[in-house]
Order: sequence, then C-alpha cells, then structure tokens
Amino acid sequence: MNRGGLNLDAAFSALADPTRRAILAQLAQGEATVMHLAKPFEMTQPAISQHLKVLERAGLVTRRRDGTKRPRRLAKEGLEAMDQWLAMLRKALETNYNRLDGLLADMQQHNAGEEQ
Amino acid sequence: MSKMTLRTEGDTLVIVTRHFAAPPEALYRAHTNPALIQKWMLGPEGWTMPVSISEPKPGGKIRYEWANGKGQGFYLTGEYLELEPYSRIVHVERMHLPDQTPDNHIETTFEANGTGTLMTMRMTLPNAETGRPCSQAAWKRAWKPATGGWKRCSKTPCGAPTAVLSRAWRERHKI
Repeated sequence: MNRGGLNLDAAFSALADPTRRAILAQLAQGEATVMHLAKPFEMTQPAISQHLKVLERAGLVTRRRDGTKRPRRLAKEGLEAMDQWLAMLRKALETNYNRLDGLLADMQQHNAGEEQ
Repeated sequence: MSKMTLRTEGDTLVIVTRHFAAPPEALYRAHTNPALIQKWMLGPEGWTMPVSISEPKPGGKIRYEWANGKGQGFYLTGEYLELEPYSRIVHVERMHLPDQTPDNHIETTFEANGTGTLMTMRMTLPNAETGRPCSQAAWKRAWKPATGGWKRCSKTPCGAPTAVLSRAWRERHKI
C-alpha cells in the first residue's frame, strides 16, 4: 500500500524497532544531522545512518542537502504512521485478550470438573 | 464483550485496561504459566508459540518464540522483577527481531472487580527523547513513587514493541 510518500508496510516494519521510534521522536523536535542524532542515542553514526535509511525508505523521514550536510526531518507521514502503528498494536492486543477470554472459560470449566 | 482501553499518560506511559470474566487467580496463572501463555499470547491469527519459558519468581527468565509457519519468526526474552500472587507482576522484556530492541518494563495488575477481574498493564519504554534505555534502578526510582511516567513502552506479542508519541508530548513539541 502506497499513499503519497508513505509505504505502509515498510512504515510498520520500520516502527517495530523502538530505537527508530525514538529517532522519529527526536526528529519531531526539529531537523537534525546524523551526528546530532547519534549523540543522545549513544550509538555510532553508521548505526544511526542504518536506522535512518530504513525510516527514509518507509517515507517517514526526508533529507535535504545543506552544503556538505544532509539534515533529516520528520515527514508529515511520520506522525500518521505512528498513529496507525498504535492502532495495529491495539488490534493485536485485542486479538490476544479475546483469545484469553476463551482460555479463561476453559480453565473455569476444567476447575468445575475437578471439583465434582 | 469487554472493551479494552489503551491510552497514554504523561509523555511516555502506555496503559492498557481490560475486564475479564474470571477471578484474579486465573488471570495471574494465565500470565505466568508457560503452558497457558502459549495458548493465548499469539498476536495475529496464524502465529504460534513453539517455545514458551516462564519462571515466575524474581529474577526468573522469560522466553517466548513465535512462528507463522512460513519460515518467519522472532522471539522475546525477559526477566521477572516482582511478583505478588495473584495481584501484580512486574517484568522487563525485549524483542529480538532479530536485532535486539531496548528493554521494555511492564507492570501488570489484577483487581477483583464485580464478577471478574480488571487487568491494568502499564508499559514504559526507553526514554523516547534520548533513546537511552533506562537502567533497572532508574526505572524503579521513577516508577515507585507515583508511576508518574517519564517513559513509555509496551508489550506486543505480535512482535511490535510500542512507543507512541503521546498527545501531551506532541502538544509540548507543537507537532
């Protein structure tokens, strides 16, 4: 599914990693270079670049050219993707808990059976 | 059907609540017994949990492995920090996708409520503003007094640890 610059499949996969979500949160505060991003994350610049590459491919982050620098910024699709990702989490949890309802009913039945 | 709620608190906490038609003891067992966990913590349809290890004691290990039967899979490892049968579980966990994600800290409580149980899960993530996973000690300090949250995080059996930009956070940063 591709809407505008946002590749939803790639976006969800990109957001599965909390480090990348943290990078998005950092970029939400404003444009930043790889060097600037690497500092608070206590990660090497190549490691940050790798995460940024995933985020860029997913359409969540864009870069521009400023002399020799390549500052990154949060694409407006970035926030939208976060919201959708949250919706996906909600759905996964709801699926689990609905399944748990069934298991709890089975456990209760089993207990009742043992008491007889 | 009981409705689940999922909300954020402060900058970083994700709180999930859900009512179940069973006593707290049953909920506690379903969250700590590996054979029971294997039956429900599966995420989307089509996934199974071939490996389920849970040692419900302080310091006890957690390891869940998921597979979708099409060659895809991932796993989670963790440790229990505190257990109060049958009312409270505190544990830490991380996903391996296969890259290891920072630690997620999760407190799950079970309260008798009417004919059943109200489950509340509070999830904290590494500090999203710095990306630094918080140390266990720091997390305990932050957590203990008020659970007044400066972290957020979550647990998603489908393989997606959560962090969200909370409304409060977005408003503060005007995005």
